[in-house]
Amino acid sequence: MNWLWYILIGLAAGIVSGMGIGGGAVLIPALTILLSVGQREAQHINLLFFIPTAIFALRTHVKEGNIEKKGLLKLALFGVMGVVPAALIAVRMDANWLRKGFAVFLLCMAVYELVKGYKKWKQGKKNNLT
Amino acid sequence: MKTSLKKHITAIIGTVAGIANGLFGAGGGTILVPALERFIPLDTHKAHATALAVMLPLSIVSAVIYTLSNQVEVQWLTVLYVSVGGLVGGIIGAKLLKKLSAAWLNILFGLFLAVGAIRMLFA
Repeated sequence: MNWLWYILIGLAAGIVSGMGIGGGAVLIPALTILLSVGQREAQHINLLFFIPTAIFALRTHVKEGNIEKKGLLKLALFGVMGVVPAALIAVRMDANWLRKGFAVFLLCMAVYELVKGYKKWKQGKKNNLT
Repeated sequence: MKTSLKKHITAIIGTVAGIANGLFGAGGGTILVPALERFIPLDTHKAHATALAVMLPLSIVSAVIYTLSNQVEVQWLTVLYVSVGGLVGGIIGAKLLKKLSAAWLNILFGLFLAVGAIRMLFA
């Protein structure tokens, strides 16, 4: 029955990324915590999961002209320069440490979301009063 | 110092997003979207779309390195199941987005991430 869990976790990650928040932050912890998938394997699954989703979404964005072309090539080129050494490190480093590093990254994201939510909440309250 | 930083900001944003994507297999978009909004600056819609356009090649490069590394047990069937759920979830999420208040969404999601992070740190 594990396949049902995988579909449900995918569903949750899809809902979150459809809202524009980042499905990996749901998918990776869910796979490792609930289904004991290895950290590296979970990261790999997230990467593969992202590719068709992104192609699908990009087609719409290209049609609607939402993509900023200025600087895009530079972003991608430097991105690749960051990605290659980082991925080579990720596949070699101790999975336990990788998991801890990911958890710290997740915690930073959590703080960022909470601060953003608080600011919006405060803003909304102010708007309601005036 | 400040102007030179500004000149190189595109390169810096790209590199940092690349490092996150390669190391954690996620999170590049989380860095790219706010960074593009703040430093370029792009509006939210364009930042999301442009981040996706950058993340796609990065994720392909990462996925190839992970797949070929011999250190990762490739789980194609899991990818298939997760993607089926993800496809349906993506449609639901896009529709839900319009109905939920943004502030509570951020707070709920933040709390959820914090719980996950703490469990992963101390499990």
